[in-house]
Amino acid sequence: MNGVHDMGGMDGFGAVERAPNEPVFHARWEGRVMALHRALGGLQEWNIDIGRYWIELLSPDLYLASSYYARWLARLENLSLARDLVGQAELVAGHANGPGRPVTGRALTEADVGGALIPGSFGRPAPAPARFAIGDRVRARNIHPRTHTRLPRYVRGHVGLIERLHGCHVFPDAVVASGAEDPQWLYTVTFEGATLWGPDSEPGLRISVDAFEPYLDAA
Amino acid sequence: MPKHDHDHDHDGHGAHGSALSAVEARVRALETVLTEKGYVDPASLDRIVEAYETRVGPHIGAAAVARAWVDPVFRAALLADASAAIADAGIASHPGDHLIAVENTPSLHNIVVCTLCSCYPWAVLGLPPVWYKSFAYRARAVKEPRRVLAEFGLTLPETTQIRVWDSTAETRYLVLPMRPAATEGWDADRLATLVTRDSMVGTGQVLPPAAAP
Repeated sequence: MNGVHDMGGMDGFGAVERAPNEPVFHARWEGRVMALHRALGGLQEWNIDIGRYWIELLSPDLYLASSYYARWLARLENLSLARDLVGQAELVAGHANGPGRPVTGRALTEADVGGALIPGSFGRPAPAPARFAIGDRVRARNIHPRTHTRLPRYVRGHVGLIERLHGCHVFPDAVVASGAEDPQWLYTVTFEGATLWGPDSEPGLRISVDAFEPYLDAA
Repeated sequence: MPKHDHDHDHDGHGAHGSALSAVEARVRALETVLTEKGYVDPASLDRIVEAYETRVGPHIGAAAVARAWVDPVFRAALLADASAAIADAGIASHPGDHLIAVENTPSLHNIVVCTLCSCYPWAVLGLPPVWYKSFAYRARAVKEPRRVLAEFGLTLPETTQIRVWDSTAETRYLVLPMRPAATEGWDADRLATLVTRDSMVGTGQVLPPAAAP
């Protein structure tokens, strides 16, 4: 979806502000939200792609006015409500009205935490040979799906070169749209700065995205 | 322009003493309801927070960078398959399956961003800093990285190519910065003390040798 999350190339956000020696979490609640999100993964009621999509579904005004973990909190509330894990009245009261419903997975225990922190593996067997090879010229498709995609707007319609081939990976667009993993070849596609930004490009600049094969046409 | 594009808690502290802020109350309510329903074990939350506060951090990436500086075989392995190299060397047991190391040279500087969310190599750098997740960084790193780097105090000559990696899939990028001069004979442990988090994202340089303990 063409949401405010797709920020590459936007102007107006000002300088990148940095804080020296910032803590991992600025308040206890940030750590609880991060941990809740990770722990609820054990229920297998949603996955990383659906999680990202539900951040994108936050209203633009909320998204832009919220800190990173505030966006995570809003996503957790919205997903927990939408999946009927919790009820609105329960969140208002701060207590459950009854037991939870059966879930696909199970609640994460203390003993599971080590395993749960291992990054996911998204490589899958290839259903077909790769369409492109390193060095090929490709054009990022001019697509504007209303659901989740990982092709940022700033490269759509532009020509780049295949620089790396990463094997077949779970295709996020399909996961969110249909629930199927639909593995697709994944490439690093590199664009010249002037291709993307024209005469306003900085000198000596190249930018890459990691693009799934359905995002690309031969050029 | 967003006024809250950072993670400070603005609600409720100070004037209201011990009262819960609105956001703290929401988090407590959500955690309590999920716990009472059996979906969450609060002890598991404690362990997750503890892991990121105490064990998973940029010291892992720094160990890999320093090892690459002293061990050409490891360096080649790291650049060929960073996931396998870091796991095989015992630097991290599970660095993620799709970790890619990209090497800075005198003529090429790499910088990593995630414009769509804030993807970051958590397993080797820990949780990302606020600036990495900021709208300004996500928006600008792909369009005007030289200006962004200059704001970080890193002014590169125009003859140095800049290569921006936008982490749009599950691939994760780790920059292998250049080894600082005047560190001949240093072992990897000592070199690792010079490797900053920002140098492994591409927004900073490694520390000068005089900074080593």
